[in-house]
Amino acid sequence: MDIDALRAGQPRAVARAISGVERGGASARAIIAAIFRFTGRAHLIGITGAPGTGKSTLVNEIAKQYRRRGKRVGIVAVDPTSPFSGGAILGDRLRMQDLSGDPGVFIRSMATRGNLGGLASTTADAVKILDAAGFEIVLIETVGAGQNEVDIAKNAHTTIVVQAPGLGDDIQAIKAGILEIADLLIVNKADHDEVSATVAALEMNLNLKPMQENDWRPPVLKTIALKGEGVADAVDWIGKHRAYLEDNHLLAQRERARVRAELEMVVQRELVTRLLGGVNGSKVEMLVEKIAARELDVYTAAERLVQEKL
Amino acid sequence: MTDRPIRVLIAKPGLDGHDRGAKVVARALRDAGMEVIYTGIRQTPEMIAEAALQEDVDVVGLSILSGAHMDLFPRIVAQLKQKNVDDVLLVCGGIIPEDDLPTLKQMGFAGVFGPGTSTQDLAQFIRDQIGARAGA
Repeated sequence: MDIDALRAGQPRAVARAISGVERGGASARAIIAAIFRFTGRAHLIGITGAPGTGKSTLVNEIAKQYRRRGKRVGIVAVDPTSPFSGGAILGDRLRMQDLSGDPGVFIRSMATRGNLGGLASTTADAVKILDAAGFEIVLIETVGAGQNEVDIAKNAHTTIVVQAPGLGDDIQAIKAGILEIADLLIVNKADHDEVSATVAALEMNLNLKPMQENDWRPPVLKTIALKGEGVADAVDWIGKHRAYLEDNHLLAQRERARVRAELEMVVQRELVTRLLGGVNGSKVEMLVEKIAARELDVYTAAERLVQEKL
Repeated sequence: MTDRPIRVLIAKPGLDGHDRGAKVVARALRDAGMEVIYTGIRQTPEMIAEAALQEDVDVVGLSILSGAHMDLFPRIVAQLKQKNVDDVLLVCGGIIPEDDLPTLKQMGFAGVFGPGTSTQDLAQFIRDQIGARAGA
């Protein structure tokens, strides 16, 4: 890998490096080992929300705003892999065509490749590459997320949860999960009906949370991403959130939390790979048969496999 | 053997808006286990080459029904070359007269798939070609 070309942001080098980390294994580890010293400079911004709320269109507009403000922007957009075929349709780029031809923007589509939680298991590594390549802003768009895909909060400094009008009432708004991870709440498609009801439900939920003096209260913002309306204000708010994190020494704290989560994940992945790597396929099949025939319960079967490997 | 799903860019260059065929192909390749970056209609040669570059795809598939392929395709090939994307498999489909086939092959298109192509045949063609390259 050509580190100098990568650090200079040359698209071919960046693209190849991302493919490298997606492949995993020893070469992926070598790439990360070579670049990690050059990471930690970008502001990582997560964008999540239900399918069809306008995440990709919003990412397009946010990127345009940052370009006007002189920042180079890297984008990682994740879409789901089919659980049946292993294939995927990666369609986020389609909404970001305004950005094409701009050498200050790099867009990469990723498939989840079986990972749950809203991101691919290698998304954090792809983000590191964009960071090392000098993109000051990295926008990470999750798969269309429902209630529980909250991994983005561990991977970003600022998390934006995008909602659209008419998708749920005030009970949905007080449920645990995705709304809790928001640093900014954006109600997109604000030219549709029921906007004020959606905003009111989100505000009410925020009002129910006891606040300490220095707590960040997520703003509830309205945008019409297709027309670019409200996006400049949203980008100002991202800046305010960044300043809040810095002023309260939370950036370092978040960074440590992020690194800890990543370390645990990598250890888990490695352990699972090494443990399962040598498991006898026919043994697994035999156990599956026994469990399906109700001769053995799943915990006992799992215990046998683990014992055998340890 | 490739150690990742085959990545395919499906794009429609030029001004024709008939994207049913491109969507059918995208969906079929998805079901064949490939990762399909779908950029849709009205793509300029520059946009297509840029997407192929950033997405580091193995295959670029172009769908065109407007008759402008002999004008647009050379520009796409030139743009890809200019960006050093010199190792992708090029395929195309749509309404393409037989007379143009030799020129397209010369230009670097490994496969030209007209109406009536079986999507399984297309997926198999891509797998074979990519497999042969990886083995080479």
